[in-house]
Amino acid sequence: MRVSVQETAFDPGAEVTAFTAGATGAGAVVSFTGLVRDQGGTLQAMQIEHYPGMTERAIRTHAENAMVRFSLTDCTVVHRHGLLRPGEAIMMVATAAPHRADAFAAAEFLMDYLKSRAPFWKKEIGADGALWVAAKDSDEASLNRW
Amino acid sequence: MVDILYFAWVRERIGLPRERVETQAETVSALVAELSAREERYALAFADLQGLRVALDQELSDFAAPLAGVREVAFFPPMTGG
Repeated sequence: MRVSVQETAFDPGAEVTAFTAGATGAGAVVSFTGLVRDQGGTLQAMQIEHYPGMTERAIRTHAENAMVRFSLTDCTVVHRHGLLRPGEAIMMVATAAPHRADAFAAAEFLMDYLKSRAPFWKKEIGADGALWVAAKDSDEASLNRW
Repeated sequence: MVDILYFAWVRERIGLPRERVETQAETVSALVAELSAREERYALAFADLQGLRVALDQELSDFAAPLAGVREVAFFPPMTGG
């Protein structure tokens, strides 16, 4: 299991390749990569603030829960903070399990938890100024299915 | 003494990322009331507690929670990761 909260850019392809190479005992690897949307060209940048210390702890707790709940052989979470440009990868999760249903479900479970339980806050910077992104009710509702 | 951290628009509204406070408050709510009574910028930041979250020693908690033994309190809006 690997959790990385970092300012530097990462290569999702290289991450998945390395993760897959190390996925001994698994029959399925699922990965998800989240990108900064350009919002029809209006977004100039996205600033991601986080709570150093709590962020790593919270992600690690959710990743450990996912490992047990979905019988994963391994999982990786990478999440960036700082200033990101449209099209850049914000974060990714990769899960490995004996069977695909668990690998898919674990990736969704991790995404739902990262959205509303890991201490990150997004601020969208456009030509007209900057606005904090508000949490959606649907994000909270997504947690209830687990 | 307790360290108080503010994030996102709470940090911007209050105007600082963290401070150390001497308090006898027994609960998070009591601490919020103390801070809100200090200055208007605090009162504005804490005006709607429904729209805020709190963490005690880096674990999500709630406003009714006791502060005994807590070293770090953080206030922030609902998280928007992922």
